[in-house]
Amino acid sequence: MEKTWNNKAWFLVLPVLVLVAFSAVIPLMTVVNYSVQDTFGNNVFFWAGTEWFEELLHSDRFWEAMLRNLVFSFIILAIEVPLGIFIALNMPKKGWAVPVCLVLMALPLLIPWNVVGTIWQVFGRNDIGLFGYYVNALGINYNYVQDPIDAWVTVIIMDVWHWTSLVVLLCYAGLVSIPDAFYQAAKIDGASRWAVFRYIQLPKMQRVLLIAVLLRFMDSFMIYTEPFVVTGGGPGNSTTFLSIDLVKTALGQFDLGPAAAMSLVYFLIILLLSWVFYTVMTNYDAER
Amino acid sequence: MLELRNVTKTVGAAEHIRDVSLTLQHGSLNVLLGPTLSGKTSLMRLMAGLDVPTSGSVWFDGKDVTGMPVQKRNVAMVYQQFINYPAMTVYENIASPLRVAGTDRAKIDSEVRKAAALLKLTPYLERTPLSLSGGQQQRTALARAIVKNASLVLLDEPLANLDYKLREELRAELPKIFAAAGTIFVYATTEPHEALLLGGNTATLSEGRITQFGPTIDVFRRPNDLVTAKTFADPPLNTIVLKKSGSSFLLDGGVNLPVPAELAGIADTSYTIGFQPHHLSLARPGPSAVSVKAKVSVTEITGSESFVHLDFADVRWVMLEHGILAFEADQVIEVFIDPRHIMVFDANGRSAAAPQMLAA
Amino acid sequence: MARVDCNHIRHAYGPNPKSDKDFALKEVHQVFEDGGAYALLGPSGCGKTTLLNIISGLLHPSHGQLLFNGRDVTNLSTQERNIAQVFQFPVIYDTMTVYDNLAFPLRNRGVPEADVDRKVRETLDMIDLASWAKKKARGLTADQKQKISLGRGLVRSDVNAILFDEPLTVIDPHMKWVLRSQLKQLHRRFGYTMVYVTHDQTEALTFAERVVVMYDGEIVQIGTPAELFERPRHTFVGYFIGSPGMNVMPVAIDGKTATLGSQRIELPGAPQTATGPIELGIRPEYVRLGREGMAVKVSKVEDVGRHKVVRANLEGREIAAVIGEDETVPAEPKVRFEPTRINIYADSWRVEMGA
Repeated sequence: MEKTWNNKAWFLVLPVLVLVAFSAVIPLMTVVNYSVQDTFGNNVFFWAGTEWFEELLHSDRFWEAMLRNLVFSFIILAIEVPLGIFIALNMPKKGWAVPVCLVLMALPLLIPWNVVGTIWQVFGRNDIGLFGYYVNALGINYNYVQDPIDAWVTVIIMDVWHWTSLVVLLCYAGLVSIPDAFYQAAKIDGASRWAVFRYIQLPKMQRVLLIAVLLRFMDSFMIYTEPFVVTGGGPGNSTTFLSIDLVKTALGQFDLGPAAAMSLVYFLIILLLSWVFYTVMTNYDAER
Repeated sequence: MLELRNVTKTVGAAEHIRDVSLTLQHGSLNVLLGPTLSGKTSLMRLMAGLDVPTSGSVWFDGKDVTGMPVQKRNVAMVYQQFINYPAMTVYENIASPLRVAGTDRAKIDSEVRKAAALLKLTPYLERTPLSLSGGQQQRTALARAIVKNASLVLLDEPLANLDYKLREELRAELPKIFAAAGTIFVYATTEPHEALLLGGNTATLSEGRITQFGPTIDVFRRPNDLVTAKTFADPPLNTIVLKKSGSSFLLDGGVNLPVPAELAGIADTSYTIGFQPHHLSLARPGPSAVSVKAKVSVTEITGSESFVHLDFADVRWVMLEHGILAFEADQVIEVFIDPRHIMVFDANGRSAAAPQMLAA
Repeated sequence: MARVDCNHIRHAYGPNPKSDKDFALKEVHQVFEDGGAYALLGPSGCGKTTLLNIISGLLHPSHGQLLFNGRDVTNLSTQERNIAQVFQFPVIYDTMTVYDNLAFPLRNRGVPEADVDRKVRETLDMIDLASWAKKKARGLTADQKQKISLGRGLVRSDVNAILFDEPLTVIDPHMKWVLRSQLKQLHRRFGYTMVYVTHDQTEALTFAERVVVMYDGEIVQIGTPAELFERPRHTFVGYFIGSPGMNVMPVAIDGKTATLGSQRIELPGAPQTATGPIELGIRPEYVRLGREGMAVKVSKVEDVGRHKVVRANLEGREIAAVIGEDETVPAEPKVRFEPTRINIYADSWRVEMGA
């Protein structure tokens, strides 16, 4: 659809611009301001230049948190995307079961982040949690409060439980838009189930998959609430992701300067990712 | 009166409409004829005000309406897809533009019933569109456009999704409906045949340009250039490049076509000769007819007529003949070209003259 | 290639069909000869696509049997039937090249790569796309995509029949001509059994050797284009084929004379006696407009370029006549029906005329 050119439209955008200025631009400037100064409280600031940025980029703590983020995003993508495709492929395409499946799939998406965290925090406990208790009863030693691996498993399962639905719904939308004639033609051409997937379903899902992967990557890269509620970044620092580290620095230690520098770097990374997202999508559309 | 003055529309690097000037009168039926992507829909969107031209202006009844949004223009549009409100009855569908305009109940009722009668929808007024056939759904959309009493009604290939026979019936009814309404109708189609059946005026489009605009039958019989002639020919126009020498058009290998009297003065050079498939015949149509030997490639029979695809020199022609013809493939047959019906185009594709009309 | 036998095939989409009304396909008992070019012609909802899908195996008929070369294939899957089908909207594998699209059905069947290459190259030549082999199929025009769909069928040497489901719907008028004549040439050169579904009479008549006209789940007539045109078995065929369709008017018959209002029309023979309302059918092409015959009132002349359609009123009934491009309507116009072209119908079905 082409856009109609109309000067008055700018007035309609004005309130949003004002809102964004107050909600985003001004806080961001404050953060920039903090990131180049030092303070010991009482609103007394000293010029620090690029000191915090240098410290941050040479800090092992930052790079470890970053590595955790990347590993985490990679793992959940490696699980959620194939699992999402698999579920979408097996969802019914017509009949009464369609709305039922769609509602079931959408349910986890409707639950607020912190509630998801709380659910799993309780669910996974090995004394009163259903999951934790029975896993231990099966003879597997599981305790997310003590064992870093168990903590990771919990956070990952939680994310997969919460977000695979998004991938499923996107893929499902892509799948139902494929005309019947394609499946019929494939039957006639003697295509195997795999060939149908590889040459018809996957190409038709390409666009939505791209959206799903980029959305999930950005989202998981910014993960905060769930691990904060469940593990609080522990045990040790094993689930301390960038966002949790940031809050610890800013609020726990009240190091406003380093925290501001860190949030800026974090912000730039997200900005870069958004840019990649945007370019990939527009290039993809242009190619079509 | 709708006027487009030197309208150009570019989107990104692509030029969708190139310098179009067009004047459409009230009460006229105007066909936009051209292949897919020739700019028919783009042009309609500009006329409707859904798009604003990159340059040039749009005038309505002497007023510049360039940039005026579609809501303020009193325009109705019917699309190739059958677009109705699925949850409303046919009656409510037809009544909807009147309800929006705040017309009083009694008037709405009389208008709806009048339009329904015109489009033969009276028995279906209480049904919902999806329970109707495609033809009836499209009639509902048409009735809604008519009841709106718009000053400009745009129809974008409205019959393309209908069965052949239904198309034929609606096509016969549409001109009558148009004539009764007295507004400006614009009708886009890819089919030359449809333009001829609708009559009115035709603008032929090619690559975003209007190549010719005039009464439909005149554009068909006397195209100004080769592009128009090709756009307005189904079966495709037969062409051949011949060299004029004195009073003849010549081709090595035997064609010697006398130059029509009114073209005697044109320069001795190469010309593209075009003629319609029904002007190629098996029987000699007159004393001046020119005999040509051509090779049959395929014969298609439509019942009363035959389309014979012929190879001649390096060109492919179609001959349309009455009756059922059974030729073997690769058989060489003698066919005749009637020089009274040829169109002559120069190297730039401009018409040297239109064919002379036969006196009845 | 194969001969296709439809043995008393009936099909209903809903479960437990009871009356005839529940059947989308009422009863089809029909042979498609090996190497024949057939068209299934009819309005939407007449059952033509249902029949096509039964032949291809995409649908399983409620009743009846389907034979390929005498072998019962009713319970075989689409793959096992070895048929090819071209759909209304081009089906191509977007991510593959033109070459790989054509190779796909062969590779799926485990054909050795050397044979694949030979067959694909042959087919590319047949459908005139040899120079496009290495291009991605996605960027092609609609008509080229349709050729690829066709090519995927032609590439297999074991194909029993090639089925077409309104394949020219999305093609521009000029390309329709080119594609149609190419199809016809392919059929003539290689003798495929072809079944072509369409609602467009021009496509059906020009493509097929024999046209199967369907109406309301039944076959009303099977014949050559000429038979359908000259001797429509049912008034529906008369109406559906030809544009404008056949003029049909109620008459009374007395021996070799038909009476229409105050007019008497001589027939070439005496129609056999039959029950039901009697009608006379005459094609607009055989209505002669001139100074002799029955007086008419001309209401409209449509100039469609290569001929004119005259709409006139005869004894209170609307009739159409076709006159030549250069002819005009005379003052005090009269019409005459070419006697040998008249058909007589009783209860909408054609009755033979005796001597």
